[in-house]
Amino acid sequence: MTAIPVDPQVVDEPENPLVRAPLVENGRSFADVTDIIAAPAEGKTPRGWYLMFGISVALLLNLGAMIGYLVFTGVGVWGNNVPVGWGWPIVNFVFWIGIGHAGTLISAVLFLFRQKWRTSINRASEAMTIFAVMAAGIFPAIHVGRIWVIYWVFPVPNQMAMWPNFKSPLLWDVFAVSTYFTISLLFWFVGLIPDLATFRDRAAKAGRTVAARIYGVFSFGWHGSNRHWMHYEKAYLILAGLSTPLVLSVHSIVSFDFAVSLLPGWHTTIFPPYFVAGAIFSGFGMVLTLMIPARKWLGLHDLITLNHLDNIAKILLLTGTMVGYAYGMEFFIAWYSGVEYEQFAFINRAFGQFGWAYWIMITCNVISPQFFWFRQLRRNPTVLFIISIFVNIGMWFERFVITVTSLANDFLPSSWATFSPTLVDILTYAGSFGLFFTMFLLFCRFLPILAISEVKGVMPEANPHASSSAGGHDNH
Amino acid sequence: MTTTDRIPQMTTTTATWGVVAEFESAAAVYHAAEKLTEAGYTRTDAHTPFPVHGIDQKLNHRESSLGWIVVCCGFTGICLAQAMMYWMNAVDYPIWVSGKLPYAWPSTIPITFELMVLLSGLGAVFGMFALNKLPRLHHPIFAHSTFHRVTDDRFFLSVEATDPKFDSSATPQFLQSIGGTNVEIIKD
Repeated sequence: MTAIPVDPQVVDEPENPLVRAPLVENGRSFADVTDIIAAPAEGKTPRGWYLMFGISVALLLNLGAMIGYLVFTGVGVWGNNVPVGWGWPIVNFVFWIGIGHAGTLISAVLFLFRQKWRTSINRASEAMTIFAVMAAGIFPAIHVGRIWVIYWVFPVPNQMAMWPNFKSPLLWDVFAVSTYFTISLLFWFVGLIPDLATFRDRAAKAGRTVAARIYGVFSFGWHGSNRHWMHYEKAYLILAGLSTPLVLSVHSIVSFDFAVSLLPGWHTTIFPPYFVAGAIFSGFGMVLTLMIPARKWLGLHDLITLNHLDNIAKILLLTGTMVGYAYGMEFFIAWYSGVEYEQFAFINRAFGQFGWAYWIMITCNVISPQFFWFRQLRRNPTVLFIISIFVNIGMWFERFVITVTSLANDFLPSSWATFSPTLVDILTYAGSFGLFFTMFLLFCRFLPILAISEVKGVMPEANPHASSSAGGHDNH
Repeated sequence: MTTTDRIPQMTTTTATWGVVAEFESAAAVYHAAEKLTEAGYTRTDAHTPFPVHGIDQKLNHRESSLGWIVVCCGFTGICLAQAMMYWMNAVDYPIWVSGKLPYAWPSTIPITFELMVLLSGLGAVFGMFALNKLPRLHHPIFAHSTFHRVTDDRFFLSVEATDPKFDSSATPQFLQSIGGTNVEIIKD
């Protein structure tokens, strides 16, 4: 075997800005990359996995029980009531769908921008997207009340001989979310095919026939043909090109659910960009929450390097600051509009009955990412993990603040009220984490958690023109 | 080989599918592909763990036509969405809500966009499978003794027996001369 040229550069120092740090560290070869990524799926199941899986499945069963209780009893089991008709279910829906957006941003937008560092985090992030959209989709479906007629939202004939009202943003949401889920799933599966073929070949070599059969069926007979790669890469590029406007449209349409109404605090044109920035912010927070433990427990340090975490932290800093700008701009526009109700809505948000939630939101979303101005903190996984938890909390509270404060205190003081969740609200929300983590743990155990072929493709020796001096990694 | 030679081969079980050679690096397979094409072979293919960019020009592989399939699917999505919303909300059962027209184009844009994306995406994925003739459960090339490494760290070139220049003794020798190892003749 010829010596594969390795970039000898030291990574962790403030490097020469003209030379990019390698994306795969410690001079790993193609075979090493395959081995590292295949190890979690081929080794013995760690005891910690069983523990986490047990907790997740328990929460998932609790979700099933709560949904069953809801369906048999009615939406009165929640805290939703007049005037706060949209309580936790919609808060949770927007929370989860927002988390999904980072996966698509990494897989599609960063792909179009040729950000090669995305390759080591895109697979897990796309999986996160799919599981988050699954968790999200539950809430609007169960919150309609009579879930057995949920098919009325689809343009299929029903007993009323009526069609859905296509002028409603809520119906746009049905189309946006279902398209988003379908496209995300296809994009993820297309990316998985070459890697499932890797797993198939390894399983067959090791004599694990059942695994080889299963991976074989799902890898569709992939054999790395260049003719196949050409169509494959074209499909990948097209899917990335489609997903980029799609991901922007999905959260824009989610924001229309609010913005198209006339309620003070909701009826603003800033909502679509502000929601999209918030979605990316929350999603990257969840990427860090998932990837930092995975990197540590699955030994992925050479593939998910500190440079990767550093880049994610920079995106958190950027999007967190954009969200902070939007919070400020909402206040400015409320004042500048001269509309009394609008002004009251925002003063009430910060200093009214839910003021505590507003300040949790500001602390977590605007203040906590500011730590990422410091390089040492961006490269410290512990700090990153803690702040990522703050981001998750803060973004849930953002949706709570938007949804509940505007509804609780709208125009007439005589119709004002307060809101408090019930135990069923809390358990259902906890249950959605059970669904999310059950799926994610299964993914970590059985599927390639990093995109094997894509990581290899950005290594210097993948470039057919790489000379013995290497350094092809930033040669586009 | 001539056309008449190939006809009986396709019907017998021991017919030759082609010859496959292994290479150690992306650069090696890239330069070997160049020499293979220069030598006049046309029914050739590279098999690699990841797409080796530029090798398609060396093997004279035509660019993917998938884009045209996707454009057609996307256009279908747009037409379908518009026809659906117009017919359902303005013709079959006009819905008058808050004085808004039963059909007004601005409110149809989000769903039109979503259906365009949905059909384009389905077209991209299933069109890709159709063009690649996938899924398939087996392929003769899997019989090669080291081919399992194509999804790991090895690079392969194949010349199919249907190539006019294919010769069961000269072609393997040529592949060896341009750096190929484990050169094997694969039965169909």
